[in-house]
Amino acid sequence: MTSPRQLVVISGKGGTGKTSVVAAFAALAGGAVLVDCDVDAADLHLVLRPELGDEHEFSGRSQAVIDPGVCTACGRCAEVCRFAAVLGTPADGYSIDPIACEGCELCSRVCPADAIRMQAVVNGTWMVSETRFGPLVHARLGVAEDNSGKLVTLVRNEAGRVAEERGLPLVIVDGSPGIGCPVIASLTGADLVLAVTEPTVSGRHDLDRVLQVVHQFRLPFAVCVNKADLNPELGRRIAAEATAAGAELVATVDYDPAVTQAQVAGTDIITHGGHAAVEIAALWEAVREALTASVEGEVLDA
Amino acid sequence: MRIAIASGKGGTGKTTLATNLAALLAGRRMTVRLLDADVEEPDCHLFLHPELERREPVHVLVPVVDDARCTACGVCARVCAFKAITVIGSTVLVFPELCHSCGACALLCPEDAIHEEGRETGFVESGTVALPGRPGFQLVTGVLAVGEAKAVPTTRATLAAADGASVDVVLVDAPPGTSCPVIEAVRGSDLVVLVTEPTPFGLHDLELAVDMVHALDQRCVVAVNRSDLGDDRVRRFCASKGLEIVLELPNDRRIAEAYARGELLLDAVAGLEDKLSAAWERIAAAAQRHEVAS
Repeated sequence: MTSPRQLVVISGKGGTGKTSVVAAFAALAGGAVLVDCDVDAADLHLVLRPELGDEHEFSGRSQAVIDPGVCTACGRCAEVCRFAAVLGTPADGYSIDPIACEGCELCSRVCPADAIRMQAVVNGTWMVSETRFGPLVHARLGVAEDNSGKLVTLVRNEAGRVAEERGLPLVIVDGSPGIGCPVIASLTGADLVLAVTEPTVSGRHDLDRVLQVVHQFRLPFAVCVNKADLNPELGRRIAAEATAAGAELVATVDYDPAVTQAQVAGTDIITHGGHAAVEIAALWEAVREALTASVEGEVLDA
Repeated sequence: MRIAIASGKGGTGKTTLATNLAALLAGRRMTVRLLDADVEEPDCHLFLHPELERREPVHVLVPVVDDARCTACGVCARVCAFKAITVIGSTVLVFPELCHSCGACALLCPEDAIHEEGRETGFVESGTVALPGRPGFQLVTGVLAVGEAKAVPTTRATLAAADGASVDVVLVDAPPGTSCPVIEAVRGSDLVVLVTEPTPFGLHDLELAVDMVHALDQRCVVAVNRSDLGDDRVRRFCASKGLEIVLELPNDRRIAEAYARGELLLDAVAGLEDKLSAAWERIAAAAQRHEVAS
């Protein structure tokens, strides 16, 4: 069998409805592995309400620790640290600011007294949980923690493994907002990227930036203009621009208060119902076709 | 006074609050500088149309190997905690996008064969906002270059634009989430205003954001957008944690449409100016209480 297809849902701007669309796709897919890659504000579990799986610790970095008994307060560590993570003075001695420390190890390498050691930091947890629609791989980045990109890569790899193990043909990834490290880590290896935007000046601007990232990776993409009736003229303009930029498909979904009502009820819009449910179901059919087409494309290439 | 506007969840109204507050305060003859520190997706300029005055590139240091001196001993690769350098045979390969600019390779190279050079990963623009009928103020916008993973150096450069500034109020529009770029944006502020909405996603991400603020040993208040949407769990959470709600904005189609067109709510929706003024009084009072306490 072919390896599982990967659909990655992103948005550029936050709050456009990414997670609601992913939850709806989960309901429609009939057996896909779901992945929440918005690891510093993961919300998918709030509407998929899974039975939580075992928690695994994630350590993405190490952190310097100064042994005050050995430290001679020479100050060499503070001199070489580029992250202002060494606190203190020659008189008071030195300590490490755990939030500022990036784990580069330079201080521990130059310390003449050998008073600094590196300690692994657990900066998140991840788990494979079971939802009514299939397995959910999700994570929680520790508060004020770094390395979201590494944690995203970990949950994506784990999702691929679960899909192979259970013979599921599709992985649906809920990405994070923005264009930086967690987004780039989410996009790697996508078969299709769906960008969910809204017809606002910021939605348009942020979509433009995130699609530039998608272009750099040469990934096929689709665009959904959510809440399209909020500003129909701008919605049409965004759709036209997306088509011109080479989108595989462009769809619109009108604002529907039922989307929020479904979320408050702790469920997805498909189960809850409403006109957005019908429009998202149509979007899902188109996305599924585009994903299938990309498989056939590969067969033809080979 | 420095106030950061942040949120766990994206799209709750950070930029709306930041831009409208800046215009409101400038209208009261206060000197204001607004820092758009959401460098991955900076949007304040779309609502404020600044006259651009300066554009400064943001450089990060990356190693450059002097082949004439390099003996391919491999020390640089061994000391790099980020796997940004590897040595294959007699060739040293540098992966600039993995580099954290710690300087370990350059400092520890026994042959002194590595120096560092700047690589542009973003830029910071500043300019004056002069909206019709309103006094002007400064907008500083950090912009991460497309394709760059690491936002923090650009965030840091954006925040530095307020260093030593003799202005009454610095407002920081932070990115969404709770990870490193957010921390960089909110650190050093007198108060963090967390914007949320009364939905399960809004509540869950607010809880994370409050934890982040407390981990940084900072204080926060809450603004609830689309306050008549969803349920009352956000209000109950705030009450249980002793978090002051400084502003509630209703889920008003006029507000959403004005935002969609890129207009300031102050101009588009009657009555909002008073509401925002009252919110500012609460924010300023909370920031001052913090100053007195610390």
